[in-house]
Amino acid sequence: MLQAGRVQQDKQVEVLVGLVETHKRAETEALLQSLEILPRRRTKHRGIDLEEFDLDAALARHPQLILVDELAHTNAPGSRHSKRWQDIQELLQAGINVYTTLNVQHVESLNDVVTAITGVQVRETVPDSVLAEADEIALIDLPVNELLDRMNAGKVYFPEQAQRAKQSFFRPGNLSALRELALRRTAESVDVQMLAYRKGHSIDNTWPVSERILVAVGPSPNSANLVRSASRSAQRLNAQWIAAFVETQGYARYPEQTRQRILSTIQLAEELGAQTVTLTANNAGQALIEYARARNVTRIIAGKSVQPSWKRFFQQTLTQELIEGSGTIQVDLIAPVTSAVEPAAPQVAALSRPIPKSELLFSVAVLVAATIVAFLLRPFLAATNLAMIYLLGAVAISVRCSRRVSTVAAFLLVASFDFFCVPPYGDFAVSDTEYLITFAAMLTVSLIIADLTARGREQISQIASREARTQILYLLSKRLAREEESLPIATEAARLIEDAFPAKAIIFLPGMEDQVSFNRRTSYELPLPQAEESIAQWVYDHNQKAGHGLATLSGSKALYFPLAAGQKVRGVLALLPTHANVPFSIEEHNLLDTLCQQVGLALERAATQQTMRTSELEIETERLRNSLLSAVSHDLRTPLASITGAATTLQQQSGRLDTGTQNDLLTSIVEEAERLSRLVNNLLDMTRLEAGGMVPHLDWHPFEEIIGSALRRLKNILKDHPVKVTIADNLPLLYVDAALFEQVLVNLLENAARYTPAATPIEINARISADTMQIQIADHGPGFPAGNEKRVFEKFYRGPDSTGRGSGLGLAICRAIVDAHHGEIEAENSNGALVRIRLPQPTHPPIITEPADA
Amino acid sequence: MPDSVPIEILLIEDDSQIRRFLRASLLADQYKLIEAFTAAEGMIQAIARLPDLILLDLGLPDGDGLDVIRQVRQSSRVPIIVLSARDNDKDKIAALDLGADDYVAKPFSMGELSARIRAAVRRTAQLAGDNTSSEYCFGTVIVDLAKRIVKKGGEEVHLTPHEFKLLSMLVRHPGRVLTQRELLKEVWGTNHSEQAHYLRVYMAQLRRKLETDPAQPKFFITEPGVGYRLDDGDST
Repeated sequence: MLQAGRVQQDKQVEVLVGLVETHKRAETEALLQSLEILPRRRTKHRGIDLEEFDLDAALARHPQLILVDELAHTNAPGSRHSKRWQDIQELLQAGINVYTTLNVQHVESLNDVVTAITGVQVRETVPDSVLAEADEIALIDLPVNELLDRMNAGKVYFPEQAQRAKQSFFRPGNLSALRELALRRTAESVDVQMLAYRKGHSIDNTWPVSERILVAVGPSPNSANLVRSASRSAQRLNAQWIAAFVETQGYARYPEQTRQRILSTIQLAEELGAQTVTLTANNAGQALIEYARARNVTRIIAGKSVQPSWKRFFQQTLTQELIEGSGTIQVDLIAPVTSAVEPAAPQVAALSRPIPKSELLFSVAVLVAATIVAFLLRPFLAATNLAMIYLLGAVAISVRCSRRVSTVAAFLLVASFDFFCVPPYGDFAVSDTEYLITFAAMLTVSLIIADLTARGREQISQIASREARTQILYLLSKRLAREEESLPIATEAARLIEDAFPAKAIIFLPGMEDQVSFNRRTSYELPLPQAEESIAQWVYDHNQKAGHGLATLSGSKALYFPLAAGQKVRGVLALLPTHANVPFSIEEHNLLDTLCQQVGLALERAATQQTMRTSELEIETERLRNSLLSAVSHDLRTPLASITGAATTLQQQSGRLDTGTQNDLLTSIVEEAERLSRLVNNLLDMTRLEAGGMVPHLDWHPFEEIIGSALRRLKNILKDHPVKVTIADNLPLLYVDAALFEQVLVNLLENAARYTPAATPIEINARISADTMQIQIADHGPGFPAGNEKRVFEKFYRGPDSTGRGSGLGLAICRAIVDAHHGEIEAENSNGALVRIRLPQPTHPPIITEPADA
Repeated sequence: MPDSVPIEILLIEDDSQIRRFLRASLLADQYKLIEAFTAAEGMIQAIARLPDLILLDLGLPDGDGLDVIRQVRQSSRVPIIVLSARDNDKDKIAALDLGADDYVAKPFSMGELSARIRAAVRRTAQLAGDNTSSEYCFGTVIVDLAKRIVKKGGEEVHLTPHEFKLLSMLVRHPGRVLTQRELLKEVWGTNHSEQAHYLRVYMAQLRRKLETDPAQPKFFITEPGVGYRLDDGDST
């Protein structure tokens, strides 16, 4: 690796040594010279100083090529990723080329083979999917004897460690086997490259029909080996592969440990590049085959199940089911690799659970009752009929009690029957061997009933939990559909997830520039340290889960899920489990994944709508800008021309003008300046309203105060018009933005004054009905141009015979403001122009009382 | 019109065109004018020359006009009238809260500004002179703060304690703009300063009791977004 790095550096490539273990070998240290070395990150864990590869520094430095040793290394606790290969992936994503090294025994899919050969369980492994991403794999090969010579010469390890390692691991036999593995593995990847080349060059006459592999994941510890084996096959065949787990009725009875094992097997499959799926069915074999058919699977890989022949008589094994039902699908059966103990039977777990007292009492009571009844009826009935009473008891017990209680009770009932009802009485001995048949039949029937009812109950509870999951999903989609903005969507989703899981939930939404913001979140109550923001950000950037109990950033207390639709992440869900020690089960993980997808979709929808609104607004703003330009060029120039004209006349003709003319010109300057000022104000108002950023500052105001200050502002303009204000006595406070609403009134009154003959009155009327405030402003002028009552609120609309003195913006501003208050504004003609505004009001205006007078 | 002793006005304004017409108009009104172009210069002049009134533009090139108010108010009660841009309620309120007496929004007419100047000067004269009287009147309303009696057109008007407190605050500062915060603090104490609608309601009640037409008030004037002013008839 170092040599290759030096070759690149000689080619003017910027090379950085991220981390290289020299093990103090002079040969290696010599190679490091003239290469830039990244300082290591020092951490302290339980008092021990640890040195780690500094990922952040490497990302910041951003060389063209980085050399990092030991791909399979496990990082110190507290690092961002638990494994170095995850660091490397992040480097690659950042566009940095990486050279790295890996020993063959660390390849995940070879893990079981290595264990079988060497007897040593290698814990540090690298998923094959990581290896598959490599552009090039170079094999560093040495004949076994030469390697041992090098080890003896101290070129491979520290001498004293080498001896110990040599004895346990580096035996010639092991090394040969490992060498073979390495050679084969490299050859396979060359093969894959070759195939890819052929495919890329359309040489497909030898290209086989593409394969799809389905591997059946079960509760057995061997499942992990199955998954690895499937991964190897998939690689060899260049096939897609699916890992499927079938959740049957028995699942509920597995102990927690087994459930976790299943979950980690599924995670392993995911890491190895499989698509994973959980199916729910009663019959695993049938479900697998149906799914395989639906997905065009060509090959099913399953574990070889062994069962005593008597049991096979009652129940088909998965192996049998698969072989019989698979039809054209090839079925590969893999024998258990390790002699690992079979998983503890589900019943063992069930037994460890305490039996509810009520069940015990009930079954004892039934037992006693059946015995008493049978005892009393003994003189009148045949023993075989007395058996029916006991059977009845067995049914009663199995309906109420768990499988184990019913099973034990079945035996006790038979024993009691024998003791009390079969001659000789009071003894377990049987005089007539015929009764043995009765016992056998009784026992069998009781046990079958116990099993059937237990199964029925399990099925019901499974259906119920499935129902609950469906219900959550349904609720989620229903509630999310109601919301349009991303924050309410996130808030709804977080609330629902909190209801459905024993955890606190927060959703973080991205702010500007794709930064997940701790400011845009659904709740501020969750005790997450600020440092966790970087985890949320990481999840957001990489579209991967992280946090508690997961491969990445497992040091965190919370779990982080990306909320993504397709490639784009729209937010991050943080879950802080209420009970830190109880990890989420596989169903919960599945459900969370589905929920996250749904929320992601909803957020995506909100984002799209937002984009649409923004672009609509932009188009509208653009249009407005154009209209503004034309308006500005005409409307602003006219008063400016008058002012300039009048002022220059005064300046040049000062001595020759009589006082009256001078006054005329001065008045014209003042009036035109006022008009200009109004125009500028209107334009500014309109621009601000149109910019979309206007949020009214709503507060409670007496209407008469708003109208009062509007009238005062217009004192000069309204001096020729009597204004009559009628305010209903019961008028409550108005919930509006006072400044904006005053502007509405000013614009309306100004119009009324400008377009009506002098001395005609203007009437203002305010009243409330239900929760709507109604305000009318009426004048007694010519009214709006007939048929154009709606158009008057459009921007730059001017009446046909208007003198061109208005900006065409006044009413448009009114409408924009009323819209911002969610109200309505309309115009009509009735003895003049009449404008009516309706404003919805909160139902409970504040009531202000004062303590009785002192 | 000013008395024989000319009244000195300090004009702190950086725009030469505005200074130009203000100078012309103020000199024509027989005021004596000191001009400053920057905040720093204005502060020095305010302390060195002790003007009778300050006209202050808030947007100065070298600093905030608000700093000038703060500085001047440390040593002097000289009336300050702020010239502000139209849409800057925040600055207006900040200036008034710091102790400015009044504001005029640009663009303004000279008639309006002259009236504000006259009113400010007269208030200073009243404060300096006989201050013992507890009686105030505007229109037909007479307020006796000592006896807590309010009469309108000779008839006694009944006010609630809050209404009376509000009224007394206004009549003690006739013509001056009182910000919502000042009024709330005075009448309700500091903890009510967020509930501006209390103030509006009591103001409306005062208007109903003391104005002829509450929707077109003559005395209790709203300065939108800023506060209230008692127009006692002499101010404008």
